[in-house]
Amino acid sequence: MKLIRLSKFSATIMAALVMAIVTMIPLSSATAQEKDLEKKLMMATTTSTDNTGLLDYLMPQFEKDTNIKIEWTSTGTGKALELGKRCDVDVLLVHAPDAEKLYINEGYGKDRREVMYNDFVIIGPAADPAGTKGKSVKQALELIREAKSFFVSRGDDSGTDKMEKALWNETGKPLPEKESWYLQAGQGMLATINATEERMGYTMTDRGTFIKYMAQKGGADQAPLKVLVEGDNILLNQYSVLTLDPKNCPNAKYDLALTFSDWMAGEKAQTLIRDFRLLGEPLFTPNAK
Amino acid sequence: MDFILAGLIQAMELLVTGDDATWSAVMATIKVSTCSMLMSMAAGLPLGFLLGYFDFPGKRPLRTVLDTLLALPTVFIGLLVYAFISSRGPLGDFNLLFTLGGIAAGQTILAFPVVTALTAAAVEGMDSQLKLTLISLGANRRNIITTCLWEVRYGILAAAVAAYGRVMTEVGISMMVGGNIKWHTRTITTAIALETGKGMFANGIALGLVLIAIAFAVNISLSFLRKQ
Repeated sequence: MKLIRLSKFSATIMAALVMAIVTMIPLSSATAQEKDLEKKLMMATTTSTDNTGLLDYLMPQFEKDTNIKIEWTSTGTGKALELGKRCDVDVLLVHAPDAEKLYINEGYGKDRREVMYNDFVIIGPAADPAGTKGKSVKQALELIREAKSFFVSRGDDSGTDKMEKALWNETGKPLPEKESWYLQAGQGMLATINATEERMGYTMTDRGTFIKYMAQKGGADQAPLKVLVEGDNILLNQYSVLTLDPKNCPNAKYDLALTFSDWMAGEKAQTLIRDFRLLGEPLFTPNAK
Repeated sequence: MDFILAGLIQAMELLVTGDDATWSAVMATIKVSTCSMLMSMAAGLPLGFLLGYFDFPGKRPLRTVLDTLLALPTVFIGLLVYAFISSRGPLGDFNLLFTLGGIAAGQTILAFPVVTALTAAAVEGMDSQLKLTLISLGANRRNIITTCLWEVRYGILAAAVAAYGRVMTEVGISMMVGGNIKWHTRTITTAIALETGKGMFANGIALGLVLIAIAFAVNISLSFLRKQ
């Protein structure tokens, strides 16, 4: 190796290697310890529970009370259910009651426990070009279709998306799939609301995320979009904890998942959920039995 | 436009006050991209050297395949890696899903063609007389290889810089394989995607500027190694 001197080049390369090894050490030893000693629970949940900040507020309490480390990935309900089928997570917190019940019948889910709800609302510009204010959901959607006003859909098979498609079905007419005014965003709830604001159109959202959106804008008056349609019984948005069937996922931590389910239905969590407010309004209403 | 200026101010605030969530994302980004850059160099350098140095039948189609791999979308690589390391997948027992290790594996696949193609190009561009000169001077095979690598060191440096840039800035793999889990697998890029998705554009700009600052710092230190 006489042709190579220990120049500053080689010295720098060695320094970089040392740096890399140093940064890698915490990475491996932490995960090895985590797996052996701590109890870890992996949850798949929806964008509405995550984007509103509810989980960041609630989960540290869970960790303190149960000593279980919980991590969650937030996707649409469709992907969350899929992750559960593939046993990539241990527990689900989702809001698509029909899909959840089917899930249990098909043998993927074991226990379903309702923990909180809010409602879906249709929001739109204050000017309300389609004249939907105060109407029933069915009427409002028909008016929007007639006026060909922009309607932004989640388009991502989430719990919200499933509800929206069900509402269109209620009108008796086919889904406005390829209509020029029907825009499928394929993104989370806040992103969809922002897209709706850009086009000054209508969209369907859960009230919790809408309150978060208003808070981001600085208040109800500063937000260009307003609640126009609300109150129909069909607009109930029920959130539930779903544990996975050990027969399908023997490695899923069923006992930890049950602990999580019990805790969410327990008095402390239910009170915390009731007290979670933005702009003075509660985002979710606890309703565990 | 106003959020760009707001983002600039917020970036400085984030850096100066040492906001926990931001620094967690910064450390995650640095850890995982340094790791995958080094792993892709370890795999790509030898292969790139062989590809550039030797002539063999099938060399041209192999180069074409390699160049095509450069065009793999990150979300596609992320989806493939997810299929392998998912609980149901063949590598499920390694528990790499939703970890930084999983992201590093995916990013190594992403950067490997970059390193290989650039190293092969650098070696091919080497002075063709060098090999003959070394042999005539009595160098053995090991000397030839190390001297050739030394000769094209600036090309290899370019490959490392390109690989680092490619992995530090990607979102598709980090999102699909890492799951964007706060404090654990949230990198700067997935954090930007999240903040932008929530409509917090100023936050997104701020995080982007933090990322650029890091990339700048890395490249400044590497610039001292370049030809003057």
